[in-house]
Amino acid sequence: MRSRDYSLLGPDADRAVAEGLVTTEWYRTPVPKKQMKALMQRADQPAIRDTVLLFALMIGFAAGGIVLWPSAWSLPFWLAYGVLYGSAMDSRWHECGHGTAFRTRWMNKVVYQIASFCMIRDPHCWKFSHARHHSDTIIVGRDPEIAIMRPTDLLKLAANLVGLIDVWDGLKRMAVHASGRVLPDEATYLPESSHVSVIRTARIWVLIYAATIALAIWMGSILPLLLIGLPRLYGCWHMVMCGWLQHGGLADNVTDHRLNSRTVLMNPVSRFIYWNMNYHVEHHMFPLVPYFRLPDLHRAIAFDLPAPCPSIAAGYVEMLPALVRQQTDPDFHIRRLLPASASPYQGHPTAGMSAAQ
Amino acid sequence: MSQWIDACSAEDIDAEEAIRFDHGGRTFAIYRNDKDEYYCTDGLCTHEDVHLADGLVMENTIECPKHSSIFDFTTGEVETPPACENLHTYPVKVEGGRVLIEL
Repeated sequence: MRSRDYSLLGPDADRAVAEGLVTTEWYRTPVPKKQMKALMQRADQPAIRDTVLLFALMIGFAAGGIVLWPSAWSLPFWLAYGVLYGSAMDSRWHECGHGTAFRTRWMNKVVYQIASFCMIRDPHCWKFSHARHHSDTIIVGRDPEIAIMRPTDLLKLAANLVGLIDVWDGLKRMAVHASGRVLPDEATYLPESSHVSVIRTARIWVLIYAATIALAIWMGSILPLLLIGLPRLYGCWHMVMCGWLQHGGLADNVTDHRLNSRTVLMNPVSRFIYWNMNYHVEHHMFPLVPYFRLPDLHRAIAFDLPAPCPSIAAGYVEMLPALVRQQTDPDFHIRRLLPASASPYQGHPTAGMSAAQ
Repeated sequence: MSQWIDACSAEDIDAEEAIRFDHGGRTFAIYRNDKDEYYCTDGLCTHEDVHLADGLVMENTIECPKHSSIFDFTTGEVETPPACENLHTYPVKVEGGRVLIEL
């Protein structure tokens, strides 16, 4: 059984380099250049439509929650507002961080800053952290964004359904940054030139949170915190539910996204909240393809990918038993069947066997 | 001493596209912008060694296909991180329908 140290400063970081896992040579399905150029084309309209709708819904639900407060009738409004704040902002953070949501760069930047605040993710640190996640996806000791570590800690995962682990981590990092420092693990992927911006952003955020708390105390009401801050806890369940499916139960330490990522077909509401990140193998293989073209990319390369899970529920039926088994057998993982038309898996001890484990 | 190297036909590159050109153990990216002007830079992103020719050309910029670093290929300057280091650029001319780069 292979032990796993997920620290970016631990022995697995060196081991990943020694084993050739830190490489730019990841498997990519061949796509004709002209077709890929068309798939990568940017546009403003889809993301403007979705962003206007998102903010209109947030304002509407928040207004409903405030008007009906403190009756129980306000609860559904807060739950809906919370999901948009604590979950939809995660996908906006993600897409705008990639710079693919809008064609116009400043639009990506504005939405990225707002979403980063909602998610309590420093926009500079997480830009570089996410770049590392794409370089070294689920490589132990290299990827700073592995959501489900092995052996599986189910209690920790359950705590994160209401954001307890992530929010604590985000607040801790914000406090450290506001004090004028960055953490040692961040220094492994964050250029020194960004440190000033990281510190400045954290200090602005601390001021916003302090003002919100002060307002709540002055009003003698939790309402300001229901609007800012707390939705990151009570509304993140949808992000976590979808996020676990991205890589959960699949292989680690491989260089083929078909082995370590999962595509799940989802209902239209979840796809709006999640901005099509359910096409996760496709996204990792070709990160420049905007979210609104991922269904097209999915169709274009389906011949080379394992069949997607047909629903969120089906994804969990596949993933949960693997997570349970990984509590005691961390090397266990799901190896998904490839279609006959696909190229064999790359860089996996059982490459080409195409058998479900 | 620098010399002009015949890299490709001008028609090999569509408008707002890039191609990879390997020469002398090095790799380059040659670009054609939306005004049919040609440019050349080092072929690998300065953030990680990813071939830029697989990226997205928009006007005078190339976006790295892996991490979305954006460079102005007319100057080599980084416009968007995670790359922090500029690209080296090379003079380009088109003669007789051929793209020549000075190396």
